[in-house]
Amino acid sequence: MPTQEKLQDTGHMESGDARNTEAGQGYLPRRLAGLNSASHAANGPREMIMDVRALTLAYGSKVALKDVNISFLKNQITALIGPSGCGKSTLLRCLNRLNDLVDSVTLKGQIMFNGMDIYDPIINISELRKRVGMVFQKPNPFPKTVYENVAYGPRIHGVGRKGELDGMVEECLKSAALWDEVKDRLHDSALGLSGGQQQRLCIARALAVKPDILLMDEPCSALDPISTSKIEDLMVDLKSRYTIIIVTHNMQQASRVSDYTGFMLLGEMIEFNDTPKIFQGPKDKRTEDYITGRFG
Amino acid sequence: MKELYRTGDPLIWLTGGALAFSLLMVVGLIALIMYNGLGFFWPKDIVRYTLADGRQVMGQLSEREEIPQFGEGKKEPLWRIKVKQGNRDLYGADFIWINEADIKTEEKPAAAIVLERREWGDFIGVIKAVKDGATAIAAEPAEGWKALTGALAGQRRLFEEARALERDEVGAISYDQEKLRLANRALKLKGAKDDDPRITANLAGIDKLHKDYEAVMERVGAIRAKLTWTVVLTGAGGVEKELPLYMIVRAVKPNELSVFGKAGVYLSKIWEFISADPRESNTEGGVFPAIFGTVLMVMVMSVAVTPMGVLGAFYLREYARQGVFVSAVRIAVNNLAGVPSIVFGVFGVGFFIYFVGGSIDSLFFPEALPTPTYGTGGILWASLTLALLTVPVVIVATEEGLAAIPRNLREASLGLGATKFETMWRVVLPAVMPSILTGLILAMARAAGEVAPLMITGVVKLAPSLPIDGYFPFLHMERKFMHLGFHIYDVGFQSPNVDAARPMVYTTTLLLLGIVLALNLSAIVIRNKLKKKFATSAV
Repeated sequence: MPTQEKLQDTGHMESGDARNTEAGQGYLPRRLAGLNSASHAANGPREMIMDVRALTLAYGSKVALKDVNISFLKNQITALIGPSGCGKSTLLRCLNRLNDLVDSVTLKGQIMFNGMDIYDPIINISELRKRVGMVFQKPNPFPKTVYENVAYGPRIHGVGRKGELDGMVEECLKSAALWDEVKDRLHDSALGLSGGQQQRLCIARALAVKPDILLMDEPCSALDPISTSKIEDLMVDLKSRYTIIIVTHNMQQASRVSDYTGFMLLGEMIEFNDTPKIFQGPKDKRTEDYITGRFG
Repeated sequence: MKELYRTGDPLIWLTGGALAFSLLMVVGLIALIMYNGLGFFWPKDIVRYTLADGRQVMGQLSEREEIPQFGEGKKEPLWRIKVKQGNRDLYGADFIWINEADIKTEEKPAAAIVLERREWGDFIGVIKAVKDGATAIAAEPAEGWKALTGALAGQRRLFEEARALERDEVGAISYDQEKLRLANRALKLKGAKDDDPRITANLAGIDKLHKDYEAVMERVGAIRAKLTWTVVLTGAGGVEKELPLYMIVRAVKPNELSVFGKAGVYLSKIWEFISADPRESNTEGGVFPAIFGTVLMVMVMSVAVTPMGVLGAFYLREYARQGVFVSAVRIAVNNLAGVPSIVFGVFGVGFFIYFVGGSIDSLFFPEALPTPTYGTGGILWASLTLALLTVPVVIVATEEGLAAIPRNLREASLGLGATKFETMWRVVLPAVMPSILTGLILAMARAAGEVAPLMITGVVKLAPSLPIDGYFPFLHMERKFMHLGFHIYDVGFQSPNVDAARPMVYTTTLLLLGIVLALNLSAIVIRNKLKKKFATSAV
């Protein structure tokens, strides 16, 4: 796979594989529970793109994630739900190593992406983040023009030609269902857009670097219902080309858009399964309590 | 009472009152400076006072004050006036105090004129005769005035021509001579013998330049020979004075001038003030070299302080591991802003001038020693000293700007695969630019007003030449320079003729305020443009 060579220098596949097998004991049953579902059987076998293995993370002495195992499947939307402070955002930020920015963080376990541990020191973080894009809770466009916002990623990855950039900007804005609204104001400040437009611009910006995975950290929490439904429609559209992992507080949203749902509580992955199964027949009492609104 | 306290109204009055008081002080200060400074150039009428004892005084009224009286009982107030009588060479002083009670008559003679001279200040009197050499041209005030104004421009042009020859051509010759002399010294330092062909060639060059010099001086002499016009004037009290025309800078007949005519004189005096070199130990003429020195110094300071401060702030905020040490550094930097400026001046002398400048001299200019080149005060060292003085301001402003940039903006960039450096360069730096400029504005305001450290690092009372001229390398950073702040101090408090100089203090102060304002305004305009461009207000 050519992408693998980009991400990792040659000669390290072996060690990655070795770890793969030795860590493969504890998490397997729970992971397979999700894979052997009815919907899975109907759609044929899925390819796993990212696999979190026994991940434990602490900020200083405060443990934020405890022995988390979860697999993300290609071209599927996986939702992470749970009460505030349960570690779902932390987990998401581990997937593109944004947690590296925090000085006091310590981490155990592995996150396999295309057969490599992304926390391996040989991993090029820029390349990883390019392939695992992120959309944040609050729309955070750069204080530049709409065009420059989308072109930012391609530019830092070496696309300089005007014609090529123009094409990419248009394509990404179209993918983010924003093109028709901003095509006449590409060179106006992005800060003049509405909140929902800004968030779709952030999605377009993330798409511009051609990621494999799109991480979305409560992307609709700062938006009104109409903007929210636009972004939800967009997620479903994007599913055919990208793998989407979304953290949300909104259980209706999770049930509407996602194929798989993981429920987290106090840093632990309590239950992970097909979305219909989680919402209709949760196996764990705590999941049921949360979904039915008894706490959280 | 308690109710009133709870409404908060007293606080509004208190805060509003404090603001009004501060504004009043600032406005009052500016008004005082403007009143005293702007009136200085207005040509006042000439009055002839005849005193009770028969003495005559002719001059321009400049001040009136009450005479303090002692003893019992209420008395009629007594006043005295200060008259600018000019003619310092004849009377010994420019100003004279007269008790109003002593004045018998006062009149405004139409024929009275004021001559601004190159030396000895103003002459106030009446024309008796105008002569060209020995031939009399006019012998009566009205005719004399016509002849004087007719010939004045021509004579002055000749004088300026001679001066320009002396300054430019003789200046160029001495510059070349000095270069050859230094070249010879450098050769000898390297061990060349006296009969080395290069040395003899240089000596021949010096001789040739000396001949050039004599030729130029001959031309100057020829021009000077044409400066034959003189004017004979009568001052108050019947004293007479013969004055060569070329010594006159400006001739004004204020009693016959209309308001517009006076306004014309006023504007021409203001123009002279900002565009000409000073005369008469800085009490007359212009302050152009001081304006130039101030602006150039502030610019050099800005060029030095901005990168230093910005890089320092970036390291402190973005790269350094936050902890006790960084906090200590931050406190130290903040306290640096409170160190008395003269301390920085002393450091500038000790470090920049003696150590750095001395090392440069011994490495690059050994042939000029013992005359120092960089090892003495100069505009470069003064600017660097001020840059050190103002660097905390830039660091603090930039750090605050960096802290205010939302974290999610950086994460957005990092999340797209940008490295930390790319994020810094493309997102953080543009967004923090307005803060950097704010710091720079504060630094410039502080630097333009600072005098103490400059006095010992390169500012002089009268600089022989500007730091920029036509000789390679055009910008002479080692030269001493003049500065408006020091000029104010010098004119106001070190001048031999305080009465004449005091109004100059106000005009110069006004000018300094104007320059600081102009520098700040330009920086503010740039900052606002940038702010509009990088306005950060997501959602």
